[in-house]
Amino acid sequence: MIEWINSIVQGVLTGGLYALFATGLAIIFGVMRLINITHGDLIVLAAFVAMVIIETTGLNPFLSMLAVLPIMFVFGYFLQRGILNFTLGDDLLPPLLVTFGLSIVIQNVLLQIFSADSQRLKVGSIETTSLHLTNNLAVGVFPLIIFVTAVVLIIILQYIFNSTDIGRAFRATSDDPTTAQLMGINNKHIFGLAMGVAMVLVGIAGVFLAIRTNFDPSIGPSRLLYAFEAVIMGGMGSLWGTLAGGIILGVAQNIGAKLDPGWQILAGHIAFLIVLIFRPRGLFPRTFDE
Amino acid sequence: MNSGSAIDYRVERSTRASRLGGVFGLILLALLIAVPYASDRALMRLLIEMFYFIALAQMWNLLAGYGGLVSIGQQAFLGLGGYSLFVLTTHLGLGAVWSIPVAGFVGAAISLPVAFLVFRLRGHYFAIGTWVIAEIFLLGFAQITALGGGSGMSLPVSVVKSIASTRSGRDTAVYWVALAVVAAVITIVYLLLRSRHGLALTAIRDSERASSSLGVDNFKTKLLVYIFAAFGTAAIGALIFLTKLRISPSAAFDINWTTTVIFIVVIGGIGTIEGPILGTIVFFLLRESLADYGSWYLILLGATAVLVMLRAPQGLWGLIILKYDLHFFPVQQRLHLQTELPKDE
Amino acid sequence: MSLLSVRNLSAFYGDYQALFGIDFTLMQGETVAIIGANAAGKSTFLRAITGLVNTRSDKFNYQGNPLDGSAASKIVEMGIAMVPEGRRLFPSLSVEDNLKIGAYSGRAGKWTLQRVYEMFPKLRERSEVSGTSLSGGEQQMVAIGRALMANPDLLLCDELSLGLAPIIIKDIYDALPAIKAEGVSLLVVEQDINQALAIADRFYCFQEGRITLSGSPEDSSKANIATAYFGRSQ
Repeated sequence: MIEWINSIVQGVLTGGLYALFATGLAIIFGVMRLINITHGDLIVLAAFVAMVIIETTGLNPFLSMLAVLPIMFVFGYFLQRGILNFTLGDDLLPPLLVTFGLSIVIQNVLLQIFSADSQRLKVGSIETTSLHLTNNLAVGVFPLIIFVTAVVLIIILQYIFNSTDIGRAFRATSDDPTTAQLMGINNKHIFGLAMGVAMVLVGIAGVFLAIRTNFDPSIGPSRLLYAFEAVIMGGMGSLWGTLAGGIILGVAQNIGAKLDPGWQILAGHIAFLIVLIFRPRGLFPRTFDE
Repeated sequence: MNSGSAIDYRVERSTRASRLGGVFGLILLALLIAVPYASDRALMRLLIEMFYFIALAQMWNLLAGYGGLVSIGQQAFLGLGGYSLFVLTTHLGLGAVWSIPVAGFVGAAISLPVAFLVFRLRGHYFAIGTWVIAEIFLLGFAQITALGGGSGMSLPVSVVKSIASTRSGRDTAVYWVALAVVAAVITIVYLLLRSRHGLALTAIRDSERASSSLGVDNFKTKLLVYIFAAFGTAAIGALIFLTKLRISPSAAFDINWTTTVIFIVVIGGIGTIEGPILGTIVFFLLRESLADYGSWYLILLGATAVLVMLRAPQGLWGLIILKYDLHFFPVQQRLHLQTELPKDE
Repeated sequence: MSLLSVRNLSAFYGDYQALFGIDFTLMQGETVAIIGANAAGKSTFLRAITGLVNTRSDKFNYQGNPLDGSAASKIVEMGIAMVPEGRRLFPSLSVEDNLKIGAYSGRAGKWTLQRVYEMFPKLRERSEVSGTSLSGGEQQMVAIGRALMANPDLLLCDELSLGLAPIIIKDIYDALPAIKAEGVSLLVVEQDINQALAIADRFYCFQEGRITLSGSPEDSSKANIATAYFGRSQ
């Protein structure tokens, strides 16, 4: 029995990591209705950027974020204004295809530069330390940190979206880009900022991913799929929903793994389908379309 | 205001280009049929690959370019078709060539419950949903030990020999089957688009609301397209794995099948029959000429797709249509006026 | 001082021409009405001012600065705010947020959240509610308030009466004199001729993309207006 509880708790904490992958995607999806196939590869890109910074400066991975995050923000802003802004519109295909193309480019550029070798960022003992909640139940400290980070980030993002001028502008532009312009909002700039913010989240996700597991240029697409599943299960427009979606995914995967190790990922996908059968728009959809 | 004299007109479908193209096409077909007699094995293998990519691209184009259903999970049916071939020949003793259409029917049958799930989703959610289904197939088939589990299985020697007794005989037989498949696919798609259903599809593609207000049953039409695309993709999948002689879940349900097909359709020109053919030619030209440069060829391909989508979203054939109004597979009906219209006052 | 100065303006939706040779002026402090039937080009003219359609003209200035080629998001900085046709409130934003977003451009002036609430007290009670769950009349008040929060010199009102009951329309139009009194110039596009002419100093009548009549309400006879509104064949 205790082992099942253990699995569920591990699943919840893994959910935190998936939520971390997903919040950036949720913002892009929510503000711009952009389906960003590169998202997973950008997480991997951030991990490699962190790796390079660590190797050149000797900083520890957490501190490397001081450099990684601004780099990712600027990269995201120019990616949006330089390329992705031109794909926005009613048609589903252009952003899908452009980001598909970019995904291939990023994966293979990383492959050319860094080779297919597996990498890992080291932070020392914190990776393996456990916290004993009860006599029988232990949780990893690092997964706990990831979960708490996800929650804190969501709280911050909720505040930004609900109570600040820029957050209001994000929401207005997402609702009605034309009328937003009449308010003086420069859509192209706003979308650039939204992507910049999303890339900061991707940067955090990338560094945590790189500490938690081995990474190489090819693991982007599967992270993307988990992120999408979390966002879609949660419902568009809901950041807490994204966390819920991530948790469902993590728990389903862990229960699946407990039944049979080969079923781990499959269980996650099946949970996704089940949620969508009953709630085609996700658990907590906030907006009025799709 | 009076209407004056009656206006004489003719409604036609074929264009001069298409009539010329028809002749050219027959010559090309004859040449392609004759290729095995030149017995260049490498050329035959390359052509077979081009044939099945053209066929796959036509299917995806029908689904997304005409039906408006952007699926990134068609590899589910491709792999299903491949596995069907192996099961039908190995466990049920069916002939390899007959297994191809039967595999198509398996794909069509499975597409019904799949459609039941994914048709509840719209737009982006639909696309991701189809991808998840494909991943489920991948992981599911990896669990089936009778089919080789994660490492897959090879086509038994007895089945291979049943195609033809010599290797060159087998190469020729498979080549002709592949040619027949791609010719059939192009013909069927062309006839379909010229029919009432094709008109309905074009209407749906242009505006769902408008077409529905005119009495087009959007849901039924889209479902039929989805089932048909599943049939085609599964049959082509069976053909593909007949040429490979070996199947595994990661090869069968690889998302790269879809990524390649999408690139081909986008670069060639979505929503046209000529586009996927042109796109396949471009793709293979790139691949063959950059073969020595490893991942650079992929980087170039990705960058090309990005540029095409940003600058020429109608694709290369779309550009040609814009500039020259050239149609080898004319689907639209054209009005040819035979009297002059009265001038506006 | 002339706020809006327009000579020979044409406007296009792609290849389709919607406005032909429009000459138009609006002086500071004036209230000018544009009347006309559906699809006469009235809203197109407002969209031309706010930079949302392609235009060609000999002159198209606001306070001496050229309007064509201006990005839509720059218009409000110049001092022009629009109350769009159909209100177009932001569904994800509360009433108060809808008002606050109106002030995004940061233009200073007398219109603050408090002043808008004083003008439309009903909105204060409903400030936390989503903008779109209000009645039509209340939504129109929010839309006007939102535009006022930008502290404009010129307020463009596109079909304020659309979809509203007569008594609500009267309430809305009763609010306009107070806005006028603060020195805001008004350009009112309306299908409801009576309301439009009741508050206007001058009017223009549009028909099929052209101006068919202009003048002041007192000087124009009802017959002339009807002819100009409906076109020659009526």
